[in-house]
Amino acid sequence: MPGFSPLELEALALSLRVALWSVLFSLPVGLFIAWLLARHEFFGKGALNAVVHLPLVLPPVVVGYLLLVLLGREGPLGQALYRLFGVSLPFTWQGAALAAAVMAFPLMVRAMRLSLENVDRRLEAAARTLGARPFDVFVTVTLPLTAPGILVGALLGFARSLGEFGATITFAANIPGETRTLPLALFSMTQTPGGETQALRLAALSVLLSLAALAVSEYTARRLRARIDG
Amino acid sequence: MLEVAVEKRLGAFRVDAKFSCETSGIVALFGRSGAGKTTLVNMLAGLLRPDAGRIVVDGTVLFDSERGLDVPPERRRLGYVFQEGRLFPHLSVRANLTYGLRRVVPAERRIEFDQIVALLGLEALLERRPRDLSGGEKQRVALGRALLANPRLLLLDEPLAALDQPRKEEILPFIERLRDEFAIPIVYVSHAMPEIVRLADTMVLMSEGRVEAVGPLDELTSRLDLRPLTGRYEAGAVLTARVEGQDEAFALTELSFAGGRLLVPRLELPRGTELRLRIRARDIALALERPQRTSFLNAVPCIVRDIGAEDGPLVDLRLDAGGAALWARVTRRSLEALGLAPGTAVYALIKAVSIDRYSLGRSSGAGRFLSETE
Repeated sequence: MPGFSPLELEALALSLRVALWSVLFSLPVGLFIAWLLARHEFFGKGALNAVVHLPLVLPPVVVGYLLLVLLGREGPLGQALYRLFGVSLPFTWQGAALAAAVMAFPLMVRAMRLSLENVDRRLEAAARTLGARPFDVFVTVTLPLTAPGILVGALLGFARSLGEFGATITFAANIPGETRTLPLALFSMTQTPGGETQALRLAALSVLLSLAALAVSEYTARRLRARIDG
Repeated sequence: MLEVAVEKRLGAFRVDAKFSCETSGIVALFGRSGAGKTTLVNMLAGLLRPDAGRIVVDGTVLFDSERGLDVPPERRRLGYVFQEGRLFPHLSVRANLTYGLRRVVPAERRIEFDQIVALLGLEALLERRPRDLSGGEKQRVALGRALLANPRLLLLDEPLAALDQPRKEEILPFIERLRDEFAIPIVYVSHAMPEIVRLADTMVLMSEGRVEAVGPLDELTSRLDLRPLTGRYEAGAVLTARVEGQDEAFALTELSFAGGRLLVPRLELPRGTELRLRIRARDIALALERPQRTSFLNAVPCIVRDIGAEDGPLVDLRLDAGGAALWARVTRRSLEALGLAPGTAVYALIKAVSIDRYSLGRSSGAGRFLSETE
């Protein structure tokens, strides 16, 4: 594959940016939700769990449409955002990142929740008897022991965000240089007469990107686990 | 001073424990598996909240349901060594050891890192990971970690239960040194009588969630009514004795106790050393007259005080040897043949070799000095 064309580079850079922001945004929120679900019993836990998992089972187009209804200029949230901060998310790369984040969220929460549930609570009790307050215990014991799970969650989220199509095209549309990520560019090429070669190159690029992300995370997760396993 | 009065219901199991005792030396919390020992210790440590009650350690109230007071575990300053060690797998031995220490304000640090590392022989382990340690090493690190948190009291929950006999022998001297060198009060949970006899001064006896008796170890182990709890196999008396002299020719050591003198296989201990002995009931035979021409080296005059009410072929008797309690186990047939009854004067025949090697732990590591001979 000799030299990338400007169109390819643009789509690649945009995809990376969207996926990165998607993960950065959903990681802390997802960790908090995972912690709530793993460690607490409260009224409405079942409902929260269902809402978190909704994007996993809904058609992505529906998620994108709901985001549009909620966050569009006329939507209840979108109106407030625009009036208070002058921010409008639909048809922007930030909107694409948000759509990707919503779609990736359940995968991240599941991975992190599983990891939190596997932490030996007795180690946390031991840390308490050694003088650590609950938050201290979370940072010095729980979080390091959950790190491989968090990493796996982040990777899943990143990969899911790279591949996001339906919600993105519905909420953020297909604007070159703004919201046309790799999958959207690929889709556009398939709609363009004579675009087959270009579509194939984009497909190959997607495969390479995903493989690279997978390799990096496997390597890091293995090193983390080696450090932790007692 | 440890004052405890707690109630806790866990499903069908109920703990209702009330006792108070001095915290000098080692307090043994003894009971069969399932007696509620760990539940009680978890309540002391603040890891389990009692339904009601009060816990006071050396005048500091840690829990009082009436006043709505429940000091969280991190502020109770009670060191806890768990049965399974519970070292942090993601930290090195050094970081495990300093975990508690770093959370103690410098002004309150009485126990320092180097001191503990030297005491427990941890120099070579510091950069290792917990997974690379043997069971005995793990427990030594766990002990050091709890100590370095500078606790006011140390809770040891069956710290040897997961170890084999050689590993137990490796750890026990360290616990003895803690008791002797740091003067830190220790609550030692165990269902193993030999460990308790070797280490403890005071015993809290638990059964089915309740505290059945509290008192000096010698006293509780010589009470016939507690026998179902202290265990029949373990039946025996704990005596405090003193080294009086050596019989070089026969490699024997002469000891004295309240009831008289005892000859035991040679102990490499200086004259005047105090030590603790355990004489099991099954190792004492009885005679009505001082026996002549016998291989028994030790014949101690006693008075029969109490006769156990067990069914079956064997009966235990409590003897008074000049104020010290001894136990003897004889057959019911012998009991009737000799016409033994409370008040009968008898001779307790003790085989020299029957003195429990494991119990000679009072002075540091004395167990190792006893030359075992038949």
